[in-house]
Amino acid sequence: MKKFSQRHLLGIKDITASDIQLVFETADNFKSIINRPIKKVPSLRDVTIANVFFENSTRTRISFELAQKRLSADIVNFAASSSSVSKGETLIDTVNNILAMKVDMVVMRHPAPGACQFLAKHVKAQIINAGDGTHEHPTQALLDAYSIREKLGSVGGKKVVIVGDITHSRVALSNIICLQKLGAEVMVCGPTTLIPKHIGTLGVKVEHNLMKALEWCDVANMLRIQLERQDIKYFPSLREYSMLYGLDKARLDSLSKEIVVMHPGPINRGVEITSDVADSKHSIILDQVENGVATRMAIMFLLAGQG
Amino acid sequence: MNSRIILEKKQLDITLDRLCFELIERLGDFENIALIGMQPRGIYLSRRIKEKLIKILGKQPFDYGELDISFYRDDFRRGNDQIIPSELKIDFTIHDKNIVLIDDVLYTGRSIRSALDALTDFGRPAKVELLVLVNRKYSRDLPIQPDYVGIKVDTRANDKVKVEWKENGKKDLVTIITNQS
Repeated sequence: MKKFSQRHLLGIKDITASDIQLVFETADNFKSIINRPIKKVPSLRDVTIANVFFENSTRTRISFELAQKRLSADIVNFAASSSSVSKGETLIDTVNNILAMKVDMVVMRHPAPGACQFLAKHVKAQIINAGDGTHEHPTQALLDAYSIREKLGSVGGKKVVIVGDITHSRVALSNIICLQKLGAEVMVCGPTTLIPKHIGTLGVKVEHNLMKALEWCDVANMLRIQLERQDIKYFPSLREYSMLYGLDKARLDSLSKEIVVMHPGPINRGVEITSDVADSKHSIILDQVENGVATRMAIMFLLAGQG
Repeated sequence: MNSRIILEKKQLDITLDRLCFELIERLGDFENIALIGMQPRGIYLSRRIKEKLIKILGKQPFDYGELDISFYRDDFRRGNDQIIPSELKIDFTIHDKNIVLIDDVLYTGRSIRSALDALTDFGRPAKVELLVLVNRKYSRDLPIQPDYVGIKVDTRANDKVKVEWKENGKKDLVTIITNQS
């Protein structure tokens, strides 16, 4: 009997390849549901979910919220900026207060790596990590891999390059682990200052020349330059970064083959990717957004089904 | 544990033929009719019936689909095994159609209730009928009865009715497994 192996989704590192396949197969069902006139199923009608966001987010929060509504769950939204966290309340107290209102599942984004692990140890509800600092962003990795599977038929054996700020990216870490579990080869590409020194221990290739990386890959995942996480200057200027690591039409056209272009959003048009590439037929950026809802529905359905 | 065979290959084939002719008798030229098999186990029966009807009629005058009810089940989060959804294939509109739902065994009627809910999310059918291979009598939790029945059986609550198909890697066989307690 197939079964999701974990009670929480804290990181990709905790789940198995067969868990990931199960999420994909379940997401296929939800993808057809969200494309029909009545986009809703009653599965989670007795489940209450709190979306607890200690960091700003638009697309992840909306994606989770839509997924929850389409599963008929009851939801409460909580944003730290407008809460008692600013009055000095601790994380456990905040969440326990929410749980006292009979919440079954918590979707949390937090700036501290490991915040979700910590919470999972101390509260009863099931926890879904919606991004913890520079650590993991498991649902993004699942929707990215799902989008590759949808576009190319499978993930195993494919070559994926992740370009940009690897050091500050939770998307990069979760993606690397997820893609490797599914049998893909992963390369990271960016300026030396934005690539962690020991990244090789994860079993990924490192390349500092964008053209070489693009020639090697089947899929290029262009990350956003996260200026808000960079405490010091890691490169001289955005203009220089975009000249060396930005993906434009000329670079794409000069390749000997067609590649798939991805971006987790939000896009800095003209920095890591130009408009003509982002809007081209190579890009699956908007498919990623649509698949985000389907994969998140799948994850919440599988987790809630254990409760 | 005792097992008793109630339908073997030959009898099963005769029963399926009879069900097809009953459908033809009642549905005429199959105008506005859709046959919908229920995942995961009803689809072997519905595919057989579809094939047989096409053979008899020489064409396929009806729509055919397969319905998954995982998201509509009333036992989600009720301490059972993880519910894993199956593929759903309905590529026609069911609005104002006459639907024949097809499942292998009718027991408590709860799956059929879920299927009726699931169907309504695709539109408003004109009429829904139910075809089952095995009708377990006196075991309903809900007021649901079949319109077309392969075979009726008397069973006790802890008995199991097992339907196997050669498409499933087994032999065509219907058995009742009795747990003596």
